[in-house]
Amino acid sequence: MMNQKKYWKSTVELDNANEFVDDLKGREFVDKLPEDAFLGDEQTLNDSKTNRRDFLKYVGFSTAAASLAACEGPVYKSIPYVVQPEEIRPGISNFYATTIADGFDVASVLVKTREGRPIKIENNKDAPVQYSANARVQASVLSLYDAQRLQGPTQSSSPISWETLIEQTRQQLDALQDDGAEVVLLTQSFASPSTQQLIDELKAKYSNLKHVVYDAVSESHALDAFAQAYGQRVLPTYDFSKAETIVSFDADFLGDWQGGGHGPSYAKTRIPKKENGKAKMSKHFQFEANMTLSGASADKRVPMSASQQQQVLAALYTELTNGVATSDEATQNMAKTVAKQLRKAGKKGIVITGIPTVSAQRVALAINEVLRSEVVDTQHTTTLRQGNAAEVGRVIAGLNSGVVQGIITVGVNPVYTLPNGNTFAEGVAKAKFSMAFSMKNDETASKTQWVAATPHYLESWGDVSFKSGHYGLTQPTIRPLFDTKQFQDVVLAWLGKDTSYRDALTAYWKGNILGAGSWNKALHDGFFIQSASPKKSKYSDVVIDAVSELRAANVSGFTLNLYTKTGLGDGQQANNPWLQELPDPITRVTWDNYLTVSKSDAESLGLWNETQSDGSLNGGLAKVTVGERSLTVPVLIQPGQAKSTFGLAFGYGKQAGLKSEMQVGVNAYALYNEFSHVQPVTIEAVTGKHEFACTQLQNTLMGREDIVRETTLEIFNTKDRSHYNAIPVVSKNHIETAVTSPEVDIWDEFDRSVGHHFNLSIDLNACTGCGACVVACHAENNVPVVGKREIRKSRDMHWLRIDRYYSSEETFAGDNQTVDEINGLGDSLTTFTSLEEPSENPQVTFQPIMCQHCNHAPCESVCPVAATSHGRQGQNHMAYNRCVGTRYCANNCPYKVRRFNWFLYNNNDEFDFYMNNDLGRMVLNPDVVVRSRGVMEKCSMCIQKTQKTILDAKLEGREIVDGEFQTACSSACANGAIAFGDINDETSSVAETLKSDRMYHLLESVGTKPNVQYQTKVRNTETS
Amino acid sequence: MIRFFCLNVPQIRILFALLLAITIATPSHAQEPDVQKGKSLFNMNCAACHKLNKRAVGPALAGVSEKYDKEWLYSWIKNSMAMVKSGDAQAVAIYEEYNKSVMTAFPQLSNEDIDNIIAYTDYTPPAPAVVPGAVATQATGSSDANSTLLLSVLILVLVVLVVMLFLVTKTLRKLAIANGIEIEKLSSKSKRTPLWEAYVKNSFLVFATVIFLLFSSAYFAYGYLMQVGVDQGYMPVQPIHYSHKIHAGANEIDCKYCHSSARVSKHSGIPSLNVCMNCHMNIAEYNGEEDLEKGYTKAFYTNEIKKLYKAVGWDEENQKYTGETQPVKWVRIHNLPDFVYFNHAQHVDVAGIECQKCHGPVEEMEILYQYSPLTMGWCIDCHRETNVDLENNEYYEKIHAELSKKYGVEKLTIAQMGGLECGKCHY
Repeated sequence: MMNQKKYWKSTVELDNANEFVDDLKGREFVDKLPEDAFLGDEQTLNDSKTNRRDFLKYVGFSTAAASLAACEGPVYKSIPYVVQPEEIRPGISNFYATTIADGFDVASVLVKTREGRPIKIENNKDAPVQYSANARVQASVLSLYDAQRLQGPTQSSSPISWETLIEQTRQQLDALQDDGAEVVLLTQSFASPSTQQLIDELKAKYSNLKHVVYDAVSESHALDAFAQAYGQRVLPTYDFSKAETIVSFDADFLGDWQGGGHGPSYAKTRIPKKENGKAKMSKHFQFEANMTLSGASADKRVPMSASQQQQVLAALYTELTNGVATSDEATQNMAKTVAKQLRKAGKKGIVITGIPTVSAQRVALAINEVLRSEVVDTQHTTTLRQGNAAEVGRVIAGLNSGVVQGIITVGVNPVYTLPNGNTFAEGVAKAKFSMAFSMKNDETASKTQWVAATPHYLESWGDVSFKSGHYGLTQPTIRPLFDTKQFQDVVLAWLGKDTSYRDALTAYWKGNILGAGSWNKALHDGFFIQSASPKKSKYSDVVIDAVSELRAANVSGFTLNLYTKTGLGDGQQANNPWLQELPDPITRVTWDNYLTVSKSDAESLGLWNETQSDGSLNGGLAKVTVGERSLTVPVLIQPGQAKSTFGLAFGYGKQAGLKSEMQVGVNAYALYNEFSHVQPVTIEAVTGKHEFACTQLQNTLMGREDIVRETTLEIFNTKDRSHYNAIPVVSKNHIETAVTSPEVDIWDEFDRSVGHHFNLSIDLNACTGCGACVVACHAENNVPVVGKREIRKSRDMHWLRIDRYYSSEETFAGDNQTVDEINGLGDSLTTFTSLEEPSENPQVTFQPIMCQHCNHAPCESVCPVAATSHGRQGQNHMAYNRCVGTRYCANNCPYKVRRFNWFLYNNNDEFDFYMNNDLGRMVLNPDVVVRSRGVMEKCSMCIQKTQKTILDAKLEGREIVDGEFQTACSSACANGAIAFGDINDETSSVAETLKSDRMYHLLESVGTKPNVQYQTKVRNTETS
Repeated sequence: MIRFFCLNVPQIRILFALLLAITIATPSHAQEPDVQKGKSLFNMNCAACHKLNKRAVGPALAGVSEKYDKEWLYSWIKNSMAMVKSGDAQAVAIYEEYNKSVMTAFPQLSNEDIDNIIAYTDYTPPAPAVVPGAVATQATGSSDANSTLLLSVLILVLVVLVVMLFLVTKTLRKLAIANGIEIEKLSSKSKRTPLWEAYVKNSFLVFATVIFLLFSSAYFAYGYLMQVGVDQGYMPVQPIHYSHKIHAGANEIDCKYCHSSARVSKHSGIPSLNVCMNCHMNIAEYNGEEDLEKGYTKAFYTNEIKKLYKAVGWDEENQKYTGETQPVKWVRIHNLPDFVYFNHAQHVDVAGIECQKCHGPVEEMEILYQYSPLTMGWCIDCHRETNVDLENNEYYEKIHAELSKKYGVEKLTIAQMGGLECGKCHY
């Protein structure tokens, strides 16, 4: 009976007459085996004395021999110094204060060095908070160990010596001077007084030399507007900690607007501390096209295009100066609401703008003068951005017309960053003399005759003027890894001076900056603040033209808003895998740039995003055309993107001097015409798909208050805790009991009152999502980079992630209400499905999530080998060498913070990011083990740091005071959103926040009793 | 200013013996310079920079009295710089010759002291009379021969016994045949079940044996596997034969003089070569005890010091650094795996544990080896048994008071302080 049933794969099989089927049946494999390749040569086969048995013997013996030989242990060599430097003690970190000023980022930092190697960047906490390190600065230490760096000076791509280079270039400069031909020195914004002096001296020697400053991402319009108003082409500085009402038009001041660094002072005004029962916090309006970090943190965010913003700005000016309203009603009402709040704040109000027109910038300055704003400081100005769009244009024209015969670029890469980079490159080719000072053989350096390899800032001397009277010093923290020379040293050689830049710098500081101050102290501190205040410049009040220009702004059509991403910024550090893998705080996409599109525009243009069944994201492609240039860009639908506007990030699409893995994205600089980040654009869908590596696809909270708690300032001030931060209850004997009560706990309580008990407190109000903590965690804990392909498979290794949630309704409160109103199963299905869609203009919240170090940890109870266990100090330990990789713990973790090592990332050519070459490995922290394949890893609450603090106290025989205990994330967070400490120390800040009304634990109802506290987010929605 | 210098103990011992012989041989005279006193004065004041027969920081001093006038020497030793400044030709010449290094002034030395020192520098010891080496080797050779002889005699006796036994049975058999006795009787035994067959048929016995074999092999396999990666007794050959026995043992140098970072850092640190040169700038040759059996002669040790000079780039002739260095590639003996965090400062400084507790009798080790197994069990055992040293450490005060109350004990072990938690060492 059984044999009667016949199975078949295709109907052809049933046809008995088919020869092909018969033929196939006779074979084991469909394709013919390549027997001939092995056995075809019969002659050799017969001559061979090796028969099958011999062959097996050989294989067997050699396998046995190999395994026996492998039994011998390795011999490690230990090579001490011949003469040990005094300040180096093996195993002990040294910290040096220095300053990064690469023309885009600026920060005063401490560099942690071990055995002479810089391994970590820390904030210089003695310096003003504005100079704190952002994610890129945190990651800059890895760029030092970039294997793609230039290793020495070259001429026409062949290595030469520095003596030859200096001699040859000096001859060139002399010859050009004799000819009277113009030479252009095209530099980044140095803001370095000593460098400026050297350049001035060089200009004095070579009268034909012209110095032009070029910023890849320009603030030229703001500079010009300030020059109009105050007579100086500089930028004002801001102190947002003084602000009560902040109105921003397209200014991503929590991102990179005017040099960045405003987050920490802004965060100070965002933490509502109750005084006399009433808490105060600033109010923040954001008018913008792209969804930015600032927009995400705003109390009221209005998505609109740049031209609409200009209308509102004009209306606001009219409103505040009591002029005649000429705008339409909606605009006027908006302006009225904002003006009311600004008037209320008085001197503590501030209007800022990033709109790339001189008139908009000028009007913003005028409004601040009307408000007499204390937030903006026009007295202490900054030269961190000096780029002059007009002059750069003239240089390109001059090069091509032959007026400019020589070009020297310093720290800039115009071939890549100019929209007409090719024209620039052609001009360079025409010039008699071309030279580039560069760390990489980048697009520009590869076009010039001479390339001077420059050191990384961690190998350099230097200084920077943060703002008037505030100076920073750069000092080398390691001997140059390669045969490099600083631009300033070369200038000194050109000038025929026999001093080093270091000596020149010291002399300059002693002569011009320090006054009675000590050089050694300034170098030790890394910064120096002069006591004298600069003169206040006079304000000229002529803005009528500017206001009418604003009104005249074109309102129709699609616009493209180019922006800088948190990860890559202007693209200088595109070869840095930490930054490539840092998820964008807003989109959570790694390793890419893309066109951000509003949902309605996507629908009308036929652009799409699709989530795959394996949880990865695909997107369609769009052809973006600006003027004559067009790019094909993947599309990402962005909630909150203003209609008819599109966003695209700079810094990607770089090719030269990059590992192939890092050559991702498209170059948006190609569309950066006239240095204006707002461009009229046409978009059309093209066929094809793009694979994204996105770390978060669940974008909404769906009313789950257990995860993110939000409330308004009004409720926070007027109602008690149960209204906005209620502790979940369960029923015990029909009595509602709080889940925190030991009554309902299924676990035995462990006494933790003795010794240290660590807690981490995360204030959702102060977190702006800047990502500095994520990179700091990478650096501190040797977290591997896994690459785009693995991220797409949800195998990211970040120990600390910043989840970003959108509201599905207008607000999160609306979401909660929707969930509460669900009635019945059918309704719940449809409602929850609809809640998965973010709103057109959602509220946004950031939530940093790391291991919660639960006191009742679900992971610990399921580990079959006890590899994860609890310490008395509150930390959930992970013994990697004990882990066998069952991944039960990750399954049982309600927070999804455990990360599995699918591969041996540090010794695998497939992951050639930085852990696979000797240079990149120099950044590894020797106090933390590099995990192997097949083990689980996770946040350890930086136990290596707490242990070090404890040991230091023991060695000195003293108690530990609050603030000494730090984790990598808490010390990287200049905003004060992450605090760490010992709750058994009653004076500690975490012991205080533990009692706060805003404090809650993540998924408290699960009863895990975490050691990470979250502080409820409060929004200032008051409009009266 | 008086400066004291380290004395080279073995060197002194030998000289002392020689001098003793002399003092016995020649009756001392009150006016005669005392060679023995001179020797001790020399060692105390001069030996740091001068050697008898070799140039060091300063010139070799043997026969110095022949080169210079006695009065000149008095004033030179008491204040050499004054002489150089006054422009004394000889003084300036020597000052120039020795790289203008200033000789310490010794105003505290009397003329008599200086006479004694000069007498010591002029003294030539008589040639040693006997070399005891030859006798010793002969003796060891004969003992070897003795044991071989004994062994061969024993073997011979055994062989003779075996042959005798064989012959006896043969004769007995012959006798039996001759007497007509049936030897076949013996073969009747074959009807009985042989022992092995009985054993095979007894399934219980087989089972018990198999179990026994399994367990015992598992035991040995476990023992074998557990010692994989445990390098107790690891004693690699080092590029320079550095003897801890001489340095830490005979010369009693503190461990932390060379391994100074053990006090502050997680690493004990292998001293950099400039630390070696603190002493070896002046100790260019070995004059201590020898171990001839193993070939550790004075010449051998001196040669090792030369290796150091080569590595550090020290030109002994001219007493200068050449700048040509070759870092020494020591073979690392104690290798903890990467996944263990161990901190020397915690144990050496905070806990005040003797280095020997883990590293064994280093002061007796001619060649250093790994004394302890360095396994986790070994760490844990110690953490369970050892009490925390709280003396004068404010850090521990509060936590100790609370914990001892909790556990109801006077003294706390490291385990009770949380020293057994995984995360304390594994991160």
